[in-house]
Amino acid sequence: MENEEMVIIDAKDMNYRELNEKIHEVLNKNPNIKKIVLKNVLGQRYIGNGIQKRDLTIEIYGVPGGDLGMFMSGPTIIVYGNTEHAPGNTMDDGKIIIHGSGGDVTGHSMRGGKIFVRDDVGYRSGIHMKEYKDKFPVLVIGGRAKDFLGEYMAGGMILVLNIDREGKDLGKIKGRMIGTGIHGGSIYIRGEVDEFQLGVAADIKEFTEKDREKIKGYIEEFCNYFNLNEDIKEKLINSEYTKIAPVSKRPFGKLYTHDLR
Amino acid sequence: MCGIIGFISRKKRLIRGDKIAIALDSLKERGNGQGSGYVGYGIYPDYKDYYALHVFLKNTPTYHKIIDKVKNILSKYGVVVKDEEIPVKEGVLKKEFIPWRFFYDFHDSYKDIENDLMVNIVMEINDKVNGAFVFSSGKNLGVFKATGWPKEVAEFYRLDEYEGYMWLAHARYPTNTRGWWGGAHPFNILNWSVVHNGEITSYGTNKRYVESFGYKCRMFTDTEVVAYIFDLLIRKHKLPVEYALSAIAPKFWDEIERMDEEERRIHEAIRMTYGPAALNGPFAIVVGTHEGMIFMNGDIEKNNTMIGLTDRIKLRPLVAAEKDDLVFVSSEEAAIRRICPELDKVEMPDAGSPVIVRIE
Repeated sequence: MENEEMVIIDAKDMNYRELNEKIHEVLNKNPNIKKIVLKNVLGQRYIGNGIQKRDLTIEIYGVPGGDLGMFMSGPTIIVYGNTEHAPGNTMDDGKIIIHGSGGDVTGHSMRGGKIFVRDDVGYRSGIHMKEYKDKFPVLVIGGRAKDFLGEYMAGGMILVLNIDREGKDLGKIKGRMIGTGIHGGSIYIRGEVDEFQLGVAADIKEFTEKDREKIKGYIEEFCNYFNLNEDIKEKLINSEYTKIAPVSKRPFGKLYTHDLR
Repeated sequence: MCGIIGFISRKKRLIRGDKIAIALDSLKERGNGQGSGYVGYGIYPDYKDYYALHVFLKNTPTYHKIIDKVKNILSKYGVVVKDEEIPVKEGVLKKEFIPWRFFYDFHDSYKDIENDLMVNIVMEINDKVNGAFVFSSGKNLGVFKATGWPKEVAEFYRLDEYEGYMWLAHARYPTNTRGWWGGAHPFNILNWSVVHNGEITSYGTNKRYVESFGYKCRMFTDTEVVAYIFDLLIRKHKLPVEYALSAIAPKFWDEIERMDEEERRIHEAIRMTYGPAALNGPFAIVVGTHEGMIFMNGDIEKNNTMIGLTDRIKLRPLVAAEKDDLVFVSSEEAAIRRICPELDKVEMPDAGSPVIVRIE
């Protein structure tokens, strides 16, 4: 198994250490590798961690364990199944495409790259996402997010499309404490959001045509990955969104220094 | 950390204990080998009308004297129908305790108050008999736990020799107190059993509260108090289960303010009356319930149910899944799929909202 462009690994009953060592062994022995296919994945953590290789795709069949693609910089991970907690934890660049749902803290501390989740995500998704210069992380959620979406968010973008498996509208979102502690970046949620659903420091801003332009490309990319038809794509692009962003430039600027000038 | 999983057959189909052990083994990364445990419901069909007391006896050459002391307490209110060492596989674990079981029947004159008496007996043994700890006191169920990894504990107790319609399990990663046999989960009183991932920050308040009703926390860890809170609120105080769970994971005041008048007043009353029963801190729990639970609509549950619940801001994971008559709750989806690869439905319950699974 050397100098291959594609390698298949059967992860059945494999411990996560063994599986990750195997992935690194494959990368070392096959410098021109383009694709690694992981079959029968079940709960193995840390898959794709820290891999720096732009032209690599990792296909995962099953349910990968926590911290999928952590610190990853470049590769594309495609998951045919749900994921456990924190896919894309502190990822730097690359893509994670999940044909299912993401667990709690999906996109935890992302600093670059993109995550596309077909269905729902758990609590505190997009927590502490951040941006810097050309690093701009994006989390796109097809269904819905649980509470504390974009908690302590410092940059990047979260987009919630609010559709079910067939592309039908899911109705008004239920999430609470959206954007608690947000001080940068923006959250776009398709449909209406009430003020009481927001966390401290979050505010509803006007959704402008400029915003629509900003999200359009990501909607198209989403529809492309998950094979959604033109009608659904058009609907998503032309829908009304609620934009949530920090209430001010530095909402916590005076948290500890309110008596100072 | 800690890993939890439970499943129940809504048709009361009996499932061998090795299944839950396989599932728990895939959560072992969430524990550190300092405590694993299981509870099976329906495992003692031949003794189903007797209380099955599982007791840890300190492993000393004179452990028989501890048995005599336990029997002295039991003989005050009834008869020990049978007692024996719980069958174990020797050599798997360091046997710090000898797990012993007593099948016990109350005298007829005590039948009306047997549950209350059993709680008192458990408290008396745990409090007064040196070297004895009751870790299971229900009917037709049994807790099996020890210091060790999930597989070791299952092998030690020969779990594959039992069949139950509901199993809960826990892999422990002790953080605030040391790991020991009695500190492993599940925690049980009567037919209540609790496995818990998280920590009960309000333990001091909760402990003082239940101790004012006669419960005694003697297991040196927080989860014990959760089992007693369930017994107090739902069995003793007969609170409808939905309200009891809302006392345990209270609604936010701003949520209460948006409720209809009647509901608002009920939830205000719950928060004010049962404040000391609220579990503060991160938790995900799976609970096997005692019979006789009352629902808001007046239904009385004859059977045992399985409840999954997290704290209201979801600081610990929990997923629920279904396949035919089986319903699962677990820290991780992968653990469920380990024993049931094809699922009809997988979902993440809302924080603070219980999943209650009843027998059909």
